[in-house]
Amino acid sequence: MVQQPDNRFYAWLPFVTLLRKEILRFRRVSTQTLLAPIVTASLYLFVFGATLGNRLTVLEGFSYAQFVIPGLIMMGVINNSFANTSSSLFMSRYLGGIVDLLVTPVTPPQFIMAYTLAAMLRGLLVGSVVLLISLLFASLPWEYPLLAALMAMIASFLFAQFGLIAAIYAHNFDTLSVYTNFMILPLIYLGGVFYPISILPDPWATLSYLNPLFYLIDGFRHAIIGVGDTSFAIAFGVSATMATALFAWAAWLIGKGYRLRS
Amino acid sequence: MNALEITDLYKEFAGVPAVKGLNFAIPEGEIFGLLGPNGAGKSTTINMVAGVVRIGRGQVQAFGYDNQKDYRHTRRLLGIVHQEIVIDNFFTIKQALEIHSGYYGVKDDPAWRNLLIDRLGLRPHLGKVMIKLSGGMKRRFMIAKALIHRPRLLILDEPTAGVDVELRHGLWEFVREINKKGTTILLTTHYLEEAEQMCDRIGIMHHGDMIALEPTHDLVRKLSNRRLKLWLEEPLASLPAGLEEYAPNIENGGTVLVLNLPAGASAGTMLRHLCQSGLDIRDFETDQSGLEEVFIQLTGMGGGSNGSAA
Repeated sequence: MVQQPDNRFYAWLPFVTLLRKEILRFRRVSTQTLLAPIVTASLYLFVFGATLGNRLTVLEGFSYAQFVIPGLIMMGVINNSFANTSSSLFMSRYLGGIVDLLVTPVTPPQFIMAYTLAAMLRGLLVGSVVLLISLLFASLPWEYPLLAALMAMIASFLFAQFGLIAAIYAHNFDTLSVYTNFMILPLIYLGGVFYPISILPDPWATLSYLNPLFYLIDGFRHAIIGVGDTSFAIAFGVSATMATALFAWAAWLIGKGYRLRS
Repeated sequence: MNALEITDLYKEFAGVPAVKGLNFAIPEGEIFGLLGPNGAGKSTTINMVAGVVRIGRGQVQAFGYDNQKDYRHTRRLLGIVHQEIVIDNFFTIKQALEIHSGYYGVKDDPAWRNLLIDRLGLRPHLGKVMIKLSGGMKRRFMIAKALIHRPRLLILDEPTAGVDVELRHGLWEFVREINKKGTTILLTTHYLEEAEQMCDRIGIMHHGDMIALEPTHDLVRKLSNRRLKLWLEEPLASLPAGLEEYAPNIENGGTVLVLNLPAGASAGTMLRHLCQSGLDIRDFETDQSGLEEVFIQLTGMGGGSNGSAA
C-alpha cells in the first residue's frame, strides 16, 4: 500500500468522529428531528399561552403560561434526547450498520459519551428554541438560571441513557414505541407539566411523587419561577441519582456488548 | 511475524458448537483462503477475529496483539468487508469514508481516499447518498471503507457474492495489487476457482473444524485425481486387461478411453501399464480435477454447480 506519513493512531479521534456522525445524522433529517418537535411545542405554547391559558390559574402569583412553559421546555428536552439515542442505536442494530462500529477501536466509554452528547445537544437545542418561542407568550422570572440549565442537562443526559437502554432491549419498532407511548408520554403528562401535582386529590397527589419525571420537571420549574411542589434539593437529588443509575445500566450493557455482540 | 494467529478458538451458540478448537496462523503478506460449506464456521471465525462475535474460548492475535486485551490495536490493524451489505443510508460516499477513517483513529488522508475512490470506480457517485447506489457500487464502497484506515490485514467475507463477473475480476485484481504492496489478505469465497487462483494457502472448514490446510497447489495436487483421455485408432470392444486400477471408462463407441490416476499414484507406472496393454493411441489429453472436486471430496458435499460449492 502507498506509504502515508501520518498514519498514527489518535485515541480521541474515534470519539470525536462518532459524535460528529451522530450530530450529522440528526441534522440530515432535521425536519423530523428538530423542526417537528419545535412545531409541536409551539402549538402547545399557542394553546396554553395565548388562548386557554388566559382563563386558567393553577399557581398563585403566576400566569398559566409562566407555569406551563418550563414544563413544555422540559418535555422537548426529554422527548428529543430519548428519541435521538433510541432511534439512532436501534436503527443501527436493526439495519445491521452497528457492525461497522463494533469492528473499530471505539471504546465503550467513547461509544456511550458520543451517543449521549449528540442526544443532549438535540434535546437542549429543541428546549432552547421552545424557550425562545415562549418569549412571545410570557416572560419568566428566571430565579436560578444556572440551576435551570443544570436540571435541563441532567434531564437530557438521563433520557439519552434511557434511549440507549431502550434501543438495546427493543426487538422491533413496536417494542421501541412502547417506551415512548406507554412510558415516557404518560409519565410526562402525569408528571406536572400541565398542572402542579399539589392540586390533585389523594391518592393521585401522593402517587405522583413516585413518578420519576415529576422531579425533573418540578426541579426545572422551581429553578425558573422560584417555587415548586417539592424542594429543589430533593428534585435535584432524585434526578441526579436516577441519571447516575441509568448511566451505570447503559454502561454495563454497552461494556458487555449485550445484544450488540453475539 | 504472523498477521493472524488463532489458538484453540471455540464458540458455541445456544449450546451448539459453531467453531471447535480452531488453530491456524497466517504469515504477513499471504493471501489465505478460508473455505467451507454454509454453516462451517467461517463467518463465526472471522467475526471473532473482527470483534463482532465474542470469543467463547481460545485466543486470537493480530500482529502479536491479543484481540481481547489489546482490541484497540488489533482493530486498528484490521479491515473487514462483511458478507452482508452494511451501509449508512444517511451519508454520501465521501462523508462515509471520512467517518470510517476517524472511527479507526486515523486522520482523513484525501490522497489515499481519492486513490481508493478512483481505483474502485466510485468517482461518478461521490455525491449520492448510499441508498441511491446500485448493489455493485455498494460492494465497491465496502471495499474502500475497509481499506480507508490502511489496515495491515484485510478480511474479505464473501465479498463477491452476487456480484457480476466484470466487477469480480476488477475486485480481485485490486486485492492482488494491495497484497503486493504488503497487506495480508484473509478471504472466504464460494467461488472455488477464484480461491484456487488467488490464494497462497487454503484452509477448508467443515462443522467448525479445519479439515485441510495447505498451500493451494499442494492441496489440489495431493487430493485431486488426474485424468488421462486417450483417442484410439481402433475401437475397443472390451476393457483392456491390466488397467483396472485406473477405473477405465470407454466412451464414443470405444474410440475413447478415459483413465483416472488417483492422488499419490505414479504416472510412470500408469504409462508402463498403458504400453504393456498394446493399445494404438492416436492422441491424448490430460486434466486435473480442481479445488471444487477436492472440496466435495473433503466435505462430502455434492450437487454444486457452476464453480459454486454452496
